[in-house]
Amino acid sequence: MGKALIELKNITKSYDGVTVLDDFNLTVNENEFITLLGPSGCGKTTTLRIIGGFEKPDEGRVFFEGQDITELPPNKRNLNTVFQKYALFPHMNIEENIAFGLKISKKSKDYIRDKIDYALKLVNLDGFGKRSIDSLSGGQQQRIAIARAIVNEPKLLLLDEPLGALDLKLRQEMQYELIRLKNELGITFIYVTHDQEEALTMSDKVVVMNQGYIQQMGTPENIYNEPENAFVATFIGDSNIVPGTMVKDRLVNILGADFPCVDEGFGENKPVDVVIRPEDVIFRAPGEGRIDGEVSHIIFKGMHYEMEAMAGGFEWLIQGTKPYEVGEKISIDVDPFNIQIMNKPESEDEEAIKFDE
Amino acid sequence: MKKHGALRVIYLVLIIIFLYAPIFTLMVLSFNEGKSMGKWTGFSLRWYASMFSDEEIMEALGNTVFIALVSALVSTVIGTAVCIALPRMNKKIRDAFLALNNIPLLNADIVTGLSLMLAFVAFGVSLSMGTVILSHITFCIPYVILSVRPRVKQLGNTGYEAALDLGATPGQALFKVILPEIRPGITAGFLMAFTMSVDDFIVTHFTRGAGVNTLSTLIYGQVRIGIRPTVYALSTIVFVTVLIVLVLANVFQGKGARARQGKRI
Amino acid sequence: MNKKALSAPYVIWIIGGTLIPLALMLYYGLTDGEGSFTLSNILAIGEPGHLKALLTALLLAAVSTLICFLLAFPIAVLLRRVKRAKGLIIFLFLLPMWMNFLLRTMAWQVLLEKGGVINSIISWLGFEKLRLINTPGAVIMGMVYDFLPFMLLPINNAVSKIALSTTEAAYDLGASEMQVVFKVVLPLSVPGIVSGITMVFVPALTTFVISNMLGGGKIYLIGNIIEQEFTVGDNWNLGAGLSIVMMVFILISMLFIAKFDKDVEEDLAI
Repeated sequence: MGKALIELKNITKSYDGVTVLDDFNLTVNENEFITLLGPSGCGKTTTLRIIGGFEKPDEGRVFFEGQDITELPPNKRNLNTVFQKYALFPHMNIEENIAFGLKISKKSKDYIRDKIDYALKLVNLDGFGKRSIDSLSGGQQQRIAIARAIVNEPKLLLLDEPLGALDLKLRQEMQYELIRLKNELGITFIYVTHDQEEALTMSDKVVVMNQGYIQQMGTPENIYNEPENAFVATFIGDSNIVPGTMVKDRLVNILGADFPCVDEGFGENKPVDVVIRPEDVIFRAPGEGRIDGEVSHIIFKGMHYEMEAMAGGFEWLIQGTKPYEVGEKISIDVDPFNIQIMNKPESEDEEAIKFDE
Repeated sequence: MKKHGALRVIYLVLIIIFLYAPIFTLMVLSFNEGKSMGKWTGFSLRWYASMFSDEEIMEALGNTVFIALVSALVSTVIGTAVCIALPRMNKKIRDAFLALNNIPLLNADIVTGLSLMLAFVAFGVSLSMGTVILSHITFCIPYVILSVRPRVKQLGNTGYEAALDLGATPGQALFKVILPEIRPGITAGFLMAFTMSVDDFIVTHFTRGAGVNTLSTLIYGQVRIGIRPTVYALSTIVFVTVLIVLVLANVFQGKGARARQGKRI
Repeated sequence: MNKKALSAPYVIWIIGGTLIPLALMLYYGLTDGEGSFTLSNILAIGEPGHLKALLTALLLAAVSTLICFLLAFPIAVLLRRVKRAKGLIIFLFLLPMWMNFLLRTMAWQVLLEKGGVINSIISWLGFEKLRLINTPGAVIMGMVYDFLPFMLLPINNAVSKIALSTTEAAYDLGASEMQVVFKVVLPLSVPGIVSGITMVFVPALTTFVISNMLGGGKIYLIGNIIEQEFTVGDNWNLGAGLSIVMMVFILISMLFIAKFDKDVEEDLAI
């Protein structure tokens, strides 16, 4: 990993008495694609706006390449933002939009010309320069917004749910486009979204946030496979969260049945929460698995079947490629490495933070 | 269905007749040779000739336009400035501002005019054309805010923030982004203020100094002593001017919209 | 800071142009000529002449507001269905609003005068001349004519905002044309109607121009009394006191509009 580009230290921010960020700390390294992921109101957009300079934190400092920029206004910061609804200037055509920042910093005409051509090529809108903004589709407008930001050669690009207004197909295309851009430009992206799929697809690092706190930070694989708490487990994909007891290292008791697992260091006979992804639940013939039960629902989802089964007094969510009859007797099993053990929340306060969405 | 359709058209046409018959009556009478309100005695342009040579009317016309221009200009600047400041204000203050803005808008003109007159007298300002202009600015500002604010609201804060993000100073953001974006609202506000000022009688009536006449006060004065046919000529001219200005404004607006659409692919 | 500088002129103007003058109006209304507190200017509304003027004004304003509504609502409903040249037709209905208010009122004087156009036509047809001018009817006619666009504008804005699919859904569910108008369009345009009512009622209640020009000094409205006290009568305290009474009615209609309709801005958009 490169050196730290942006550091947020002990940031606290509240609006009208509601705390949005509480003693928040985050370091973003150079050349990283980092995503802030969380439900609305979790503080992710506020974080972005503090980095962009549009909000001042009540407490705490913001550092950019080691320099304290907390008091620096947005126009003095060496970073640019791609806004949620593009924020293009409708009274200017595409070229004028892209040239705006360059004209402000008094670049030469030739330089601006080159930059416009380069940026339009980069976002695949070559030859669109003289068009008006409202002649563009949503996806095209978004590309112009990106072009307008990157011609200023920022070290850091902030993206505030930039794909939120686009339809599914276009969103997926733009996701690949953004990854390509990031690799070509070699600049740092901080991306804000509430869409977990977007976060997992594009990022080097995902920061899951809720209620102004970081819930978990890690690679997409890490976040998906090893959620550290119930909030992350439920927010990222579907999960079965089952109460259990850690019998000893590498053995957990779930609903009365012992399951071998790979987790250690939780102590002996400690109550824990167990996370099992629906696609990791295995159906076996009755008696051959660990907990017997019966299938209660089945829906065809295209790529797989989504099923529910009652077993051990718990309603399990299961994804599988093989259909089962409703009422069919089955037995549930899970491979040891697909079992993720989480500590039970220790205080009620912590629980509230984790489950209140 | 057919029968209903005809009834509808008849209703709308009757209303149109109701709206325009009085105006057209004045227009017809303005070309009447004689002085009578009820009898047509022959075509003549004499009332137009005497109108244009009537110093009183010409002076009132000049005053009306001058007062309207100055008060529309000043109220547009003040109203636009506050509209730009509004989104950056705390909500309570903003709501208070908007509530205050509604007072001159919903209040009766007679109360607005009389209370302004009381204020001028209380502060020892003698009534003149200046007091008329100050009063007109007061009731024009709300109309400017009325037409500029939706534009500012529609623009949101992001245009301003995007400009700052791209390195513009707040001043540059104001002149390069915000003002050009809300220009249609500003133009509309100016026209609205201008029209309201030209149209006003009541506020002018109470705040004008002796001898200061606008078209409205002149007509009011004449109505008491008997209407002269020159006033018919005057109203024809006013109506035709209003018509031309409005048609031009609509054509330009339409053209602008079409030009923007033309670029669409 | 920036925003303070931008809003400063407005604040000065609101204080100097609206708040101080209204406070002075209150001061004058609540004091006598020597400046000591009295309620007599307010209570003067109870004098028969004043009370009659207020009641006449309320009655004429109410009648003309009702007529304006009855005329304007069907117009808005019908305009909604116009397909061709809609902009032009709406323009036709609002154009008279831009014409000078006094000229419009004067036009009715010319029409209604004893030797005026209508009576000339009547006598040409061989009938007895009618007394048209200087009647309450003439004043109501003037009010309706002058203020109809102010009723039409907000109602038309409200009605045209109703999505076509909303009324189509009502037809689809079996409503007749009339039912659609009364059960869907009417309730949905209430905010516009309320603004329209206020925008007609307040100026009609407080006018002195229309009653002067079309009532020939025979019909005294509260506005006439106030105007006279300030100009001819020279009893400003009394005029201010009566103005305060009148303002109570304006205030009531302002509260009325606030209750039904939060967005005055949209209603007045042209």
